[in-house]
Amino acid sequence: MVLRGIAVLMKQVPDTTAKITVSGGRVDESAISKWSFSPYDEYALESALQIKEAGGVDLIAVTCGPARAAKMLTDAAAVGADALVHVLVEDLSALDSTQVQAILAAAVKHTGADVVFCGKQAADTNAGSTGPGVAHLLGASCVTMVSEIAVDGDSFTAMRATADGNERIAVSSPCVFAFDKGTTELRRPNVRGIMMAKKKVIETMSPADLGVDMGGSSVSIDGHSPPPEKPPGQKFEGAESVATVVGKLRDEANVI
Amino acid sequence: MDITVIAETTGDGLHPVTAQLVGAASSIGGTSTVLCPGGVGAAEAASIAGVTKVISVKGDCFSSFDGGAWAEALNSVAGGDVIMAAASPSGREIAATMAAMREIPIVQDATALGPGISVTRPIYSGKAIETSTISTPCVITLRANAFDAAGGGGNADVSTVNRSADVAVAVREAIAKASERLDVAEADIIISGGRGMGDPANFSHLNEVADIIGAAVGASRAAVDTWDEIPHSMQVGQTGKTVTPRLYIAVGISGAIQHLAGMRTSKYIVAINKDPDAPIFGVADYGIVATWEEALPALKAELRKL
Ligand SMILES: Cc1cc2nc3c(=O)[nH]c(=O)nc-3n(C[C@H](O)[C@H](O)[C@H](O)COP(=O)(O)OP(=O)(O)OC[C@H]3O[C@@H](n4cnc5c(N)ncnc54)[C@H](O)[C@@H]3O)c2cc1C
Ligand SMILES: Nc1ncnc2c1ncn2[C@@H]1O[C@H](COP(=O)(O)O)[C@@H](O)[C@H]1O
Repeated sequence: MVLRGIAVLMKQVPDTTAKITVSGGRVDESAISKWSFSPYDEYALESALQIKEAGGVDLIAVTCGPARAAKMLTDAAAVGADALVHVLVEDLSALDSTQVQAILAAAVKHTGADVVFCGKQAADTNAGSTGPGVAHLLGASCVTMVSEIAVDGDSFTAMRATADGNERIAVSSPCVFAFDKGTTELRRPNVRGIMMAKKKVIETMSPADLGVDMGGSSVSIDGHSPPPEKPPGQKFEGAESVATVVGKLRDEANVI
Repeated sequence: MDITVIAETTGDGLHPVTAQLVGAASSIGGTSTVLCPGGVGAAEAASIAGVTKVISVKGDCFSSFDGGAWAEALNSVAGGDVIMAAASPSGREIAATMAAMREIPIVQDATALGPGISVTRPIYSGKAIETSTISTPCVITLRANAFDAAGGGGNADVSTVNRSADVAVAVREAIAKASERLDVAEADIIISGGRGMGDPANFSHLNEVADIIGAAVGASRAAVDTWDEIPHSMQVGQTGKTVTPRLYIAVGISGAIQHLAGMRTSKYIVAINKDPDAPIFGVADYGIVATWEEALPALKAELRKL
């Protein structure tokens, strides 16, 4: 059997260099100047592109998020995504894990893909819930912490990180793969890719269009705050101070 | 409140985070039933204070890891208002699958809990903290070392049930870590090296310090990307591991925001860097402005005296 398609779930997040500020008890998104692919989603996309090149399978980039996320889909098209699906939700932070997964699973079904690539965790939520959750909703197997992948027909072999090292595993579609850092960075688009991507149509829909009944969120955010300020540290000059610091670690901090 | 705790196991015993899960459950007024996947660590779990019951869940599916199969087998045994697991890679996967099976929400990587249930967790890789209220039933995973462990002296009943599920993920080959060193995700003390170490061979000095104090050795992404000898499994940071050790020693690491994201919640941070303006000093409790060539021999000597 051959694959019907690979859906790559991609989330747009503040660039890793962005400073996160809090105002009025909430992270201030308007202060973020640069948005990017969530880093692990880039590895998912690059791995999918390599499989597509080897076997000609369709690659569909899927995102759920506000209007600004469309730019990220165009960026995915510039490196080779065949089709783009955008489920428009203005405020993702108002959704709980159940709602996000219901939307993404419905979007994947809509694309007809039988394999899903995603990140092991998003750079904003840092959760790691989506891959396993979407897998359950699709009746698919799930493999997380994936760093390498190869396909033969509808069977995959993948390398995943474990507590003791790595494991090479085998699994058949339908399957969800949640990527850890991979072996190759996401390729850069060439000029032709960028030109073609500008013309690529993004299929934009609402959760309702997908038949997802959202219900209410079971998680309500009480507030965001900056990370607790550490009291200013003590700084010493020169290697002679090592003895002092070791003494402080023992007597002041009690950590050794 | 009845809380089901999924034990975190390490091959043949309990991971220390299991007692922390029980401690966290008690702290919000919960009583814990501990499920031991594959029956591993059941007797040990029964001796944790605050555990009312231990269920040893035995089945063929537990001989290798397939999160979907483990979740299915455990899900049929789990009861209560809240399911808790460790925010380890396998814990997160099992917990997320169980949440989806039950159509209930999950919050991952909690660092504090309060009644209600109020959950605190880092977001944006630790650049902000979120506090939310989650209604029960729900699933929560907890970050290791963020909660006080429950003590010993318990004497809970242990029962055994046989549950398995179809395994879809077949393990073809296990590739052990190149070194037998402690993993940064497991360690209480970490000493990490960056590009400032100059050469991967110089990590031997970090290994020596690590051996004296029982630490794991970590690395910055620049070290991992520059030198093949330094594997990604050692990387600390936004695209590496998030760690919360009792002590983190950064050597020749500048302290880029992506590195800080992975280690800034460490209880104590020591930085050794020759550049007095390196950003790492901004998060260090104790900063030493010196080259590692000078500082590490002194550090070894001082630690040996302890
Ligand atoms: C998407 C993305 C994700 C990333 N994820 C991560 C991540 O997970 N983890 C991570 O670490 N980085 C990550 N980075 C990279 C990060 O931006 C930095 O490039 C990296 O952390 C720098 O590593 P470093 O401090 O070892 O090297 P450098 O920045 O080169 O710093 C070397 C330091 O060593 C000091 N030094 C030099 N010689 C000596 C000496 N003899 N003795 C003492 N000190 C000396 C210098 O003063 C300097 O401060 C990421 C970047 C991106 C874009
Ligand atoms: N809103 C979203 N749109 C598209 N993909 C998402 C979204 N949320 C999560 N994902 C995918 O799921 C992965 C894990 O996200 P999380 O469970 O939030 O840590 C991400 O790396 C993405 O691949």
